[in-house]
Amino acid sequence: MSRISHKFNSLKAAGKKALIPFVTAGDPNPLITVKLMHKLVAAGADLLELGVPFSDPMADGPVIQRASERALEHNVTMHNVLDMVREFRQNDNDTPIILMGYLNPVEVMGYQAFSQQASEAGIDGAIIVDLPPQEAHDLLIELKNNDIDPIFLLAPTSTEKRIEMITSAASGFVYYVSLKGVTGAATLDIDAVKEKISHIRSKTDLPIGVGFGISDDEMAGKMSGISDAVIVGSALVRKIEENADNEQALMAEAETLIGGMRKAMDNA
Amino acid sequence: MQISDTQLTGLPDEMGHFGPYGGVFVAETLMKPLEDLADAYQECLNDEQFLAELDADLANYVGRPSPIYHAKRLSDELGGAQIYLKREDLNHTGAHKINNTIGQALVAKRMGKKRIIAETGAGQHGVATATVAARLGLECIVYMGAVDVARQEANVYRMKLLGAEVRAVSSGSKTLKDALNEAMRDWVTNVDDTFYIIGTVAGPHPYPAMVRDFQTVIGREARAQMLETTGKLPDHLVACVGGGSNAIGLFYPFINDDSVKIVGVEAAGDGLKTGHHAAPLCAGRPGVLHGNRTYLMESDDGQIIETHSISAGLDYPGVGPEHAWLKDSGRAEYVAVNDDEALEAFYKLTRTEGIIPALESSHAIAQAVKMAPAMSKDETILINLSGRGDKDMHTVASRDGIEI
Repeated sequence: MSRISHKFNSLKAAGKKALIPFVTAGDPNPLITVKLMHKLVAAGADLLELGVPFSDPMADGPVIQRASERALEHNVTMHNVLDMVREFRQNDNDTPIILMGYLNPVEVMGYQAFSQQASEAGIDGAIIVDLPPQEAHDLLIELKNNDIDPIFLLAPTSTEKRIEMITSAASGFVYYVSLKGVTGAATLDIDAVKEKISHIRSKTDLPIGVGFGISDDEMAGKMSGISDAVIVGSALVRKIEENADNEQALMAEAETLIGGMRKAMDNA
Repeated sequence: MQISDTQLTGLPDEMGHFGPYGGVFVAETLMKPLEDLADAYQECLNDEQFLAELDADLANYVGRPSPIYHAKRLSDELGGAQIYLKREDLNHTGAHKINNTIGQALVAKRMGKKRIIAETGAGQHGVATATVAARLGLECIVYMGAVDVARQEANVYRMKLLGAEVRAVSSGSKTLKDALNEAMRDWVTNVDDTFYIIGTVAGPHPYPAMVRDFQTVIGREARAQMLETTGKLPDHLVACVGGGSNAIGLFYPFINDDSVKIVGVEAAGDGLKTGHHAAPLCAGRPGVLHGNRTYLMESDDGQIIETHSISAGLDYPGVGPEHAWLKDSGRAEYVAVNDDEALEAFYKLTRTEGIIPALESSHAIAQAVKMAPAMSKDETILINLSGRGDKDMHTVASRDGIEI
């Protein structure tokens, strides 16, 4: 069983929901990332989502775009990202890590080389934002050969046919994008999200995570009530940006935010 | 690859593929809107009323057909092939761009969309979009890189005059590719009421096919005009390639004419060896950007790199997927012309024929200037003169040390 499935099973047995923070690898600099990952786990994260910086992050809002730009100023490459994961794994062999990025840096490396090296580094899942399942055939084979869960997005606009296609191509969990928009957008309609999630649940046994627009404890708590996992990106990355020059404050703010969400979810 | 074994027309396939290129590489939220667009566009193609409305607009609003013109003095001076120009510079708004925006705006109207968005580099596509939006009474927002906003003031003002809102994009390299990213982000946020008019034959399916179809009016007219004027097909077609919409518009109706050689001209900027250029077909490699697989300018790590060309309209790190396929299949040849050569051709056409070409089109002229002397006098080269040079007065004057 994959690290991701194992994690979801044990959370379920404990009656808990997964908290999945997102950070961009190398933001604000490459030396902080591994320390920050450990800090997030200590503060209550169950899985980690690690962004691979890209020059043209089409699906991201301004906060995560700037995170990519900060990382790219340090020339952070896919190989650097995998090195960070290797380093993290020296002290944490339990927390699943999901790589999130765009296709081109994967394509340049080659699907087979990427999948082998990512797996060897300790990656458990991959979200390639701009790779829908109908274009993913070749990469899916390599990911499966290397025990990496392909995690796909579902959106408010996903049709019946696409929900079926995506849930049958995915493993680990599926990621429901809670709104029409980019990461970090403002307004969430919880009833609409609830309705769509219960519909998706009737189509698949995979855990369902919710992300995009979850910015505070209250929203994290509410979302955990209707899903299996809460993904928080822009709210955390904003804290990193605000404290980019002060590592101590950055770590403290990240810990406070994730710790608060953990508590809100456990009490929801 | 043998041309005869390779399918080159009737593409893309149902998934939007031209061989290994094209496709749909977008986040899930946009999949349904793209499917809806593909369906709506297909319905338009089968609807005689739509086609009649499009033809009427092209005739009465754009001013089609555009003539072909025998550039006799230029041909004589070069002493070889006869050079003909397809005069897209004479269209309303001054370039081929409006052939596409007229068509997409009609699709938008039929889909009941009230809000139009577009990306623009030099501002030509932005102006052509703002123009059709004004005519149809639709709200229009144009995304433009902050660097381009600063260097294309006149076009920014034209768009505003036409009632469009111009939003400067300050992310990434602050140029065309970033404007396209931002337009995609707008679209994903406002999918219900918004129609995204892409200006070139790139982007996710169905855009490369739809934009090509609207631009092929260039090649259909030119093919008939050449047969009528010269009694035969041209020996060579030459067109500049940024995203590649004017080029595919000219090339496509000639693809099955095996005697016609096809040459696309990319921007070599400061020279291909310097790395400061915008020539993905000549010096890039395949990758995925802006919703399709195609040749790209990228780093070893797969980051998209900044491009350079004197011509803002060619300053783009990707290229339409159909050009990528025409290159691999061998049916078309792609070459690159640098800033200095393009500028020289700009002056040459201006002074031999009294036609001031856009800097983009000057790249095609420069290539024909290279080819013509080695050809015989009864051979012909048809150049797509995709736009007029009025918008480039600033750029050329400042190279000459003049402030205007």
